Amino acid sequence: MSVEFDRKIHDTLADANLQLAIYTATGRLKEKRIEVTADNVLPDYQELRTQANALKKHAIDNLDHYLEEFERNVEGYGGKVVYCKDATEVSDFVLDLAKRRGSKLIVKSKSMTTEEVDLNERLEHHGLESVETDLGEYILQLAHEKPYHIVAPALHKTRYDVADIFTKELHVARETVPEKLTLIARGVLREKFLKADIGISGANFLIADSGAVAIIENEGNARLTTSAPKIHIAVAGIEKVIPRARDLAVFLKLLARSATGQLLSVYTSFLAGPRRPGEVDGPEEFYVVLLDNGRTKLLPDRSKRESLYCIRCGACLNACPVYRKIGGHSFPWVYSGPIGAIITPQFMGVSHEPALPFASSLCGACGEVCPVKIDIPKVLLELRSDVKKSEAREGQNRVEKLGFRIFAWVMTHPRVYELAGRMAASMAPAGDGKWIKSVPAPMSVGPLKAWLSERDLPPSPSRSFREMWRHR
Amino acid sequence: MGKQVSLFVTCMVDQLFPKVGMAMADVLERLGYGIDFPENQTCCGQPAYNSGYRAEARTVARHFLKTFEASQTIVVPSGSCTAMVTHHFKELFQKEPETLALVHAMEKKVYEFATFLTDVAGVEDVGARMEDVVTFHDGCHALRELGIQSAPRRLLAHVKGLELREMVPAEECCGFGGTFAVKFAELSGAMARTKIEAIVGTGAHTVVSLDPSCLMQIQGALSRAGLNVRTMHLAEVLASR
Repeated sequence: MSVEFDRKIHDTLADANLQLAIYTATGRLKEKRIEVTADNVLPDYQELRTQANALKKHAIDNLDHYLEEFERNVEGYGGKVVYCKDATEVSDFVLDLAKRRGSKLIVKSKSMTTEEVDLNERLEHHGLESVETDLGEYILQLAHEKPYHIVAPALHKTRYDVADIFTKELHVARETVPEKLTLIARGVLREKFLKADIGISGANFLIADSGAVAIIENEGNARLTTSAPKIHIAVAGIEKVIPRARDLAVFLKLLARSATGQLLSVYTSFLAGPRRPGEVDGPEEFYVVLLDNGRTKLLPDRSKRESLYCIRCGACLNACPVYRKIGGHSFPWVYSGPIGAIITPQFMGVSHEPALPFASSLCGACGEVCPVKIDIPKVLLELRSDVKKSEAREGQNRVEKLGFRIFAWVMTHPRVYELAGRMAASMAPAGDGKWIKSVPAPMSVGPLKAWLSERDLPPSPSRSFREMWRHR
Repeated sequence: MGKQVSLFVTCMVDQLFPKVGMAMADVLERLGYGIDFPENQTCCGQPAYNSGYRAEARTVARHFLKTFEASQTIVVPSGSCTAMVTHHFKELFQKEPETLALVHAMEKKVYEFATFLTDVAGVEDVGARMEDVVTFHDGCHALRELGIQSAPRRLLAHVKGLELREMVPAEECCGFGGTFAVKFAELSGAMARTKIEAIVGTGAHTVVSLDPSCLMQIQGALSRAGLNVRTMHLAEVLASR
């Protein structure tokens, strides 16, 4: 485990206020999801999950076909599709366009894909102003932080934190009432919308048969972002493509319910191409940036490519007992929680943070709530195996490897196993049947020390089961 | 010859909690089952599998398959170890069709203890009596991989003198997770403490589960916190009279 990962976990666990904030907020989202997916509310919930999984599987299995269809249809409406390999290509495209059009101000609606490529930082580095307009994202931009959660980016901030940030960064009188804080943000952002040259959004779905991007949101800021400025750029991962508009009948029933516990989000927008003659609003130019950034590496891998089915609802984060303890910023990349634990090693390589796939008790709560039925625990297990293979190639972690080789040998030699068990029992401190609080210093190493750092150890029984069985 | 079952007690019960195995045998015998204990048994291989060491897990899994090949029915006092055999062995032997055939035959013969009682033996009342207030902890693999939720509760409902008080949430992980418990000790401990709050909130004196590993984690944390709540495997409750 990297020192940084270890430290972030420790710091988050040690912060009582943060612990309460994370646990309460995720708990609320978790409960709401359960309410709106209950049998009496959505009787076909499980069937919808099965359908969503089948649709995503089909789309990913035929990704080339649907991306080409999408591109043809976008261009048919006068839009343009831009394929980008990585973060640099995305920012180069935006910077080049901004330069040619003389653009200075960019407004952005919420997009994990742009977070993934650090778009704001890259644009600002070149002198452009790029403003987040989703309230949570705006708060975090002012605080110079990355999203804490896929759908609730400022989940870890209390209203008092937000008051402090606004006072410091916007030089306004301190307000702690959420509605008033929202009005302050709205006042600032309205001006930005009116002045912006370019609007950058994400996309929840790329609809192949309609050449449209679908954007699902609650605040209306994505509508303003995509319609007020003269140029709209939607940035999306290539895996967001779905075959038909009618497939949304399945996904829209699942997305908001899984994400926020709403039946439907407040705004669902379908955007296809720039403003056409006779239309009163919409951008003059319409671009869809399709990002790879490691995604195509998953395509040949049948055991794990289901990771690309994700619709970024965040339900797995709220259900995860690990996320609910260590929060979003402990994770080594912008994607946190169970989904982050499976896509980070695949997009960035397993050596990015080799401990990440191991930071799970494999409880399975994530897979249970995933609306597109990604078998996250299975993928975690595959990744653990990948990490160990990579370590073996690099000659790392040799002691652990030796330990498991000995384990396998002992477990296939019952006599040795029995003897080893009795030896271990004879070395254990006498606890008089009570649970053991500590062991002598020379024994307090490795797993034993780690166990005892948090919990007591069971006393060794006087006889193993097999001995009792023989003598009964 | 009457009904016969083989016990796979798991390495954890064998080495640390032998009373659980004896209790399970006791309950099964009372129901008229003949019992054998294949002496060559050790472990299912899950520790290696969950740690990413698939070759080593395969070696241990092969040993399991050989040890229990002749058994017709195998009963296990652990949801997690049962799920390893019934849900994960097939992952290990994807590329070995001959072993895979053995795995599929094995999957049909292995039962977690509580579901063996309700689904195979067809009993809910085993004639147990225990004057106590208990709460039930769902082990993650029993609940989510094997889908076991009502069987242990139905069995507990028939124990005379016993009152079951559900904790909220019952289905959240205790934080054990095998090597996770020591690789991420501080995090695992924090998860255990959240579980314990839920347990203490019920006012129960005893926590019951199907998995010795969860019980070791929970008891270890209860003991460390100095709380006077005990843990019991379902088999121990059902063997009480």
